[in-house]
Amino acid sequence: MKKYSKETSVGVFVLVCLLCVGYLTIKLGKMEVMGDNTYSVYARFTSITGLRVGADVEVAGVPIGKVASIRLDTEDGRAKVSLAIRKDVTLSDDVIASVKTSGLIGDKYIKLSLGGSPELLGDGDEITETESAVDIEELISKYVFGGV
Amino acid sequence: MADHNGWDIRMENLVLGYDDTVVLDNISASLPAGKISVILGGSGDGKSTLLRHVLGLKRPMAGKIFLGPHSLFELSSGQFRKVRRRMGVLFQDGALLGSLTLGQNVALPLTEHTKLDAATVESIVQHKLALVGLDKYADYYPNQLSGGMRKRAGLARAIVTDPPILLCDEPTSGLDPINSAQMDKLLLDMKQHFPDMTIIVVSHDLQSLYTIADHVLVLHAGKAVYNGGLEPLRQTTDPYLRQFLDRSAGDMQTPDLRLGQEARDALRAWLDK
Amino acid sequence: MRTLAVLSEMGAMFLFLLHGLVNIFTSTKQLRKIVHQMYFIGSKSLLVISLIGIFTGMVLGLQGYYTLVKFGSEGLLGAAVALSLIRELGPVLTAIMVTGRAGSSMAAEIGVMRISDQIDALEVMDINPISYLVSPRFAAAIICFPLLTAVFDVIGIIGGYLTGVALLGINPGIYFYRIESSVNSHDIYEGFLKALLFGVIVATVSCFQGYYTHMRKDGVGPEGVSNATTSAVVMSCVLVLITDYIVTSFLL
Repeated sequence: MKKYSKETSVGVFVLVCLLCVGYLTIKLGKMEVMGDNTYSVYARFTSITGLRVGADVEVAGVPIGKVASIRLDTEDGRAKVSLAIRKDVTLSDDVIASVKTSGLIGDKYIKLSLGGSPELLGDGDEITETESAVDIEELISKYVFGGV
Repeated sequence: MADHNGWDIRMENLVLGYDDTVVLDNISASLPAGKISVILGGSGDGKSTLLRHVLGLKRPMAGKIFLGPHSLFELSSGQFRKVRRRMGVLFQDGALLGSLTLGQNVALPLTEHTKLDAATVESIVQHKLALVGLDKYADYYPNQLSGGMRKRAGLARAIVTDPPILLCDEPTSGLDPINSAQMDKLLLDMKQHFPDMTIIVVSHDLQSLYTIADHVLVLHAGKAVYNGGLEPLRQTTDPYLRQFLDRSAGDMQTPDLRLGQEARDALRAWLDK
Repeated sequence: MRTLAVLSEMGAMFLFLLHGLVNIFTSTKQLRKIVHQMYFIGSKSLLVISLIGIFTGMVLGLQGYYTLVKFGSEGLLGAAVALSLIRELGPVLTAIMVTGRAGSSMAAEIGVMRISDQIDALEVMDINPISYLVSPRFAAAIICFPLLTAVFDVIGIIGGYLTGVALLGINPGIYFYRIESSVNSHDIYEGFLKALLFGVIVATVSCFQGYYTHMRKDGVGPEGVSNATTSAVVMSCVLVLITDYIVTSFLL
């Protein structure tokens, strides 16, 4: 059998390693390799307590995008959240965005409830119908002190 | 390059040492071109120190070293490197790179510095290895060879660029009489092959001194005590030189080293147990 | 006086590093030597790195499971395993392992070359010993450390899968979903940055100790080489852990 050369061995080493690097950066690091395959829409909320950049955007429990950025809109004092949505998902302009919690103390995510309007949202459009985060502490205190 | 035809080596008021210790004080000597000069001296008399300075590995504390027309430590760094490329060195144990074969070792100065094609390099290397009788060992690694072969391979590497100066650090140390004699013969052959080459041999081997030397520089206690031809040295009456040449212990007194009776009994008892 | 000696040694080491880095790009002949060193530092370390990786991942899976199950959140195991591997354990354990395997032998090999006049021989042949011996090792370490770390991370995640999913019965979908949702690009870059720095540190310290074996006060000849090797390993590991803390505190 032909003895494998040092160069071959280094080649195999580099290949194996690059596969691992690829898995880490592309799959886990969410690096965009195929260019931008998302479009962005934004929504304004009065409160998004607990929501972080990178949180999921879901429709009917299926992840369809991520929270791309969170800013405070100084004009109306509301949170302006930009959502990166997968290109193959179309949203109508009467979609409702709400900040939800997974589990009792779990992560915050954004839930989209689809509407029935024929008008579709394009890149940079705004979702007008929003529901803010439910503050559990507030709810509990209302319940305890008899506000409900 | 006319000035390469025979480079002599001149030392002017050299003071050499490490840190604060002066090893050689105010040495002036000249070693003739195209001859074999032997630098002789006892252990610790500064032979290796002198060699390291001539190689430019260390800077002298004072004084100058001339190699042919060049004052070694007054050259620009580019010039210095050029001059140093013209020196071939055989280190004590050959100093071959352990990770390369003999052939690659000998080829090293060529492959690193020249753009010669592989076939030319190969033929030069084969020629030099044949000169030292190792042409069948080009693909061996240094640790597969005996000490004498390593030294010969080191010699082949030293002469691969046909340098005008060849320096050998103790070429016969650690070799059996046959290998030593062969090494001396090789050095004489070198003189035949390269008539312009100035060969400097650092040694304390008297046998090879008488065989190869044209010129002798003797170092002792930080001084150059003799600098001249071989014949006058044989006739010298200087007490130190005579002692050295006659291999005499001189007036060294060996103290009475008998072990005390009690200790000897104890040792004997332990051995007999 | 002692502080001064430490300072001047650090300065010397930094200059050594610069010298070595600059000389990586001196000639195209370096490429062969770099590949040779990559074989030594990278290819030959792959097996041991995989072995350490899989067991580290497995023990993380085991420990993480029994800690998380107390809070009823064993579903987070994937996140716990992946984050600790990618941010901390991957780069650090890889660096320490490669120090033991390759750093020690770099110091010993260069040290032996020093005491047997081979470095002087290179110098009188007008071959820059740093460019010939040290630079290829630097380049290879800088390339290999992040690569080996990536292998360690991936194999560690598989190890965590083995204990967490195969042995203790967590839902495999949840395991990988948690990994993907918790790890972000910042964590990956932090891990690679650390690996890169560790590579530079280990190669610099190991080569430096070997290269200056003859200047050591605590032993000459073979004893000097053995002391140089010991210093190389101890100093590399200590510096790796200190750097790890500093980088983590800066990037958090």
